[in-house]
Amino acid sequence: MSSASASVAATTQRPREELESVVIRFAGDSGDGMQLTGSQFTQAAALAGNDLATFPDFPAEIRAPVGTTFGVSAFQINFGARKIMTAGDQLDVLVAMNPAALKVELHNLRIGGLLVLDTDEFDERNLKKAGYAASPLNDKSLDKYRVLQLRISDLTMEAVKESGVSKREALRCKNFWTLGLVYWMYGRELTFTTDWIQRRFGKEPTLAAANTAALKAGHAFGETAEISGDISGFTVRPADLAPGLYRTVSGGEALAWGLVAGTQLAGLRLFFGSYPITPASPLLHILSTLKQFDVVTFQAEDEIAAACSAVGASYAGMMGITSSSGPGVALKGETIGLAIGTELPLIVVNSQRAGPSTGMPTKTEQSDLYQAVYGRNADAPLVVLAARSPADCFEVGIEAVRLATRYMTPVMLLTDGYIANAAEPWLVPDVTKLKPFPATFATDPAGFHPFRRDDKTLARNWAVPGTPGLEHRIGGIEKSYDTGHISYDSANHQRMTNVRKAKIDNIAHDIPAQVVEQGTETGELAVIGWGSTFGPISRAVSNMRGEGFDVSQIHLRHIWPLPANLGELLRGFKQVIVPEMNTGQLVTVLRAEYLVPAKGLNKVSGQPFKIGEIETAIRAALEQ
Amino acid sequence: MNVVPEKLTAKDFATDQEVRWCPGCGDYAILRGVQNALALIGAKKENTVFVSGIGCAARFPYYVATYGFHTIHGRAPAVATGVKLANPELDVWVVGGDGDMLSIGGNHLMHVVRRNVDLQLLILNNEIYGLTKGQYSPTSRAGTKSPSTPMGSVEQPVSALVYALGSNARFIARSIDSLQKHMPEVLKRAHAHKGTSVVEILQNCIVYNDDVFADITERSIASDRQLQCEHGKPLLFGKDKNKGLRMNTQTLSLETVTVGENGVTEADVIVHDEKNRVLATLLAALEPPMPVALGVIYCDPAPSYETGVMAQVDAAKAKAPNPQLNGLLRAGYTWTRS
Ligand code: SF4
Repeated sequence: MSSASASVAATTQRPREELESVVIRFAGDSGDGMQLTGSQFTQAAALAGNDLATFPDFPAEIRAPVGTTFGVSAFQINFGARKIMTAGDQLDVLVAMNPAALKVELHNLRIGGLLVLDTDEFDERNLKKAGYAASPLNDKSLDKYRVLQLRISDLTMEAVKESGVSKREALRCKNFWTLGLVYWMYGRELTFTTDWIQRRFGKEPTLAAANTAALKAGHAFGETAEISGDISGFTVRPADLAPGLYRTVSGGEALAWGLVAGTQLAGLRLFFGSYPITPASPLLHILSTLKQFDVVTFQAEDEIAAACSAVGASYAGMMGITSSSGPGVALKGETIGLAIGTELPLIVVNSQRAGPSTGMPTKTEQSDLYQAVYGRNADAPLVVLAARSPADCFEVGIEAVRLATRYMTPVMLLTDGYIANAAEPWLVPDVTKLKPFPATFATDPAGFHPFRRDDKTLARNWAVPGTPGLEHRIGGIEKSYDTGHISYDSANHQRMTNVRKAKIDNIAHDIPAQVVEQGTETGELAVIGWGSTFGPISRAVSNMRGEGFDVSQIHLRHIWPLPANLGELLRGFKQVIVPEMNTGQLVTVLRAEYLVPAKGLNKVSGQPFKIGEIETAIRAALEQ
Repeated sequence: MNVVPEKLTAKDFATDQEVRWCPGCGDYAILRGVQNALALIGAKKENTVFVSGIGCAARFPYYVATYGFHTIHGRAPAVATGVKLANPELDVWVVGGDGDMLSIGGNHLMHVVRRNVDLQLLILNNEIYGLTKGQYSPTSRAGTKSPSTPMGSVEQPVSALVYALGSNARFIARSIDSLQKHMPEVLKRAHAHKGTSVVEILQNCIVYNDDVFADITERSIASDRQLQCEHGKPLLFGKDKNKGLRMNTQTLSLETVTVGENGVTEADVIVHDEKNRVLATLLAALEPPMPVALGVIYCDPAPSYETGVMAQVDAAKAKAPNPQLNGLLRAGYTWTRS
């Protein structure tokens, strides 16, 4: 290993090595701008035509003490010339801006992987804060990796000195210097980021100049320096994606837009009542900028009021939507019951996080499936949907509005912290081509009562205040099936309970039959999942199929009711594995519903599944 | 052809539902008062919505022939906020008891008032939990014996109207179930006020807390214990309207004086100014043996919440007329694969 800063000299560039895909993780202190660096690199990769998946991984504390391991913030991106399914199991490249980042992240780097370090940060104080007794730069602990020891702080200071920023401001440009270097490594254009810097710092020209200078200096360093002998530039060609117009989209954006699109297709206006909670808040932030689409957002005093305001808005004829994470959804439970009892449309978005209780707010988990399907007092069925990826949130958002309005029911829409914050390229749909599903309001007083039902859907008619002649009273007390008036009659309660259940059960026939994502419709082994495990399951199944294993992949969007053909489909496989980021929830539902011997593959470490973990389970099942 | 709408009477606001309060309950009188008020203000049935939570008082919507939503315990103000935001044209009334509004729903009450959502919020205060069979409530006086406090409550009560003022209410008023002429007039003022109008109505629970307001309503003392607040008029009370309230500048409190005694003249009596928040706070807090303030105690309008929300929506729409979702999805960085 040699310190590269010593060998800055014009050299002949070695030819770029071609790679199919790369996993890179930027890690540093919370204040080092790693999320920004990562998202800039994401855009650049997308513009270069790569497929990609990202995984922002940040601490729960807003500003953890500088230099500590619990203050480490990281952003991982997997980009490639092939279809990318996950943010990547093992790192090819780790950029560690301080000793704490190295300490926390090193175990993710594959042997022989590239480690980029800012050696200026490896002083005694920082080493101690990170818990290193001795500097890892001086022992043999890093020998398994290719290490680029760079004096990034110094080099950045040097690069920005012309711009006239303070020392503190200069050091804050480190991330752009590093980004410039990484751009060089993968042959990326700087223009996307230089344009961004101009927009971001337009009003502070010195900061704009400093950050641009740092970015360019990092890039130039790569071009001109012969970095430690064995590092060359790489080429990652564009992926073979379907033709069309693309953008990157986060789960929060795709869901907001999907809900707006669905509401428009239903011919309604959107009401969004929410209370801030990690990691669900992006939806509130995004929707509050969409008022031009007749969106009304309401930051309520608490989770209960958020849900209640949405129910009130639905009662008055809007599409009422509320969102939260598991603990907040627990608080909304009674209100969801009211919407079930009064049969009003309502969408409840749950961006799941690790629990119980406060748990780990910024870490992802899928442990609210029971809560969604069963988690209310009494017999209180509703629809449960789950998005599989950031972009998938768009379609699931539309489907949630369709089912909520067509069946006059609450719909629980499950995403998770990973989906909400991760981004991926998205083939932008043409919303004018989507099929409308207009909601209808009752207007005719003849024979009207509020719980008159559609023969086919069993949905009650929706009569909104302001309609002359349809004045009526509804509430949480049981209603007479025949008149809609309050009723304490026991036979009537049986009948109403039955019809509420039948209404939801029947939806199984109004959703697409379950398809097999990969593989045959019957066989040795099916791997069935839901939500954000889609990526790793897909890649694992495709890898194993490549090796000749008889394994199929099934992935659910409709969790409740389950698709009508699912039982038969599952019975066509000798074995069924259900990978979930919980201790076994869907697997229990499937066993209960279909009496199939499904087995769980479970993980609750706050991190997504690794492809290898699922491959191992598939191998074990088929080789036993 | 112009159809002149028939003027609705109180009867037109009654439903065919059998009213299920205990015989002699003060809620009957309040229902009558509200129905009279609806006729008085010329309310349109189709544009009127009653929203309630849970409790005896919360049964209200079933008995008013308008739109009605009987929701869950304590949450009526939050549901009503959604209704009003969805359709600001609607005339929204929230009805609840002291437990519903000040215990489980105390938080929502604070915030609906603070936001100043345009609705009428009636707190039917009987100082007890009726529907759950007589436990003490957040407005029960210290020492109240109830099934859950057999040795007497050791809690201090909250004053509904002082709480509302503390939450920045712009309209507070008070009436009593038995004041059948007074109540519709107060409700009319509440209705005319744009913003949250908080009206406390003292209600007798004949079963669990009978005569708890006797120290205000008992015929022999009523005139000494009931103070009608009228804007611009001196705060006089008593059988002969010769008692009044004077500001004691030493103790910064209200004191009772008798005009014509000890050199007191009518000029010493405070003239009610319903825009005076400090005075309102003092009046709202009066309790026996002082007279209890009735009528419109405070009314100082401020912009209502839904107006502000819709103004922002309208501004966004004016700035981006006819927005296309396709355009939104394509804004920012995009690239084309061929
Ligand atoms: S319990 Fe009291 S408040 Fe409730 S209906 Fe009976 S008398 Fe009225």
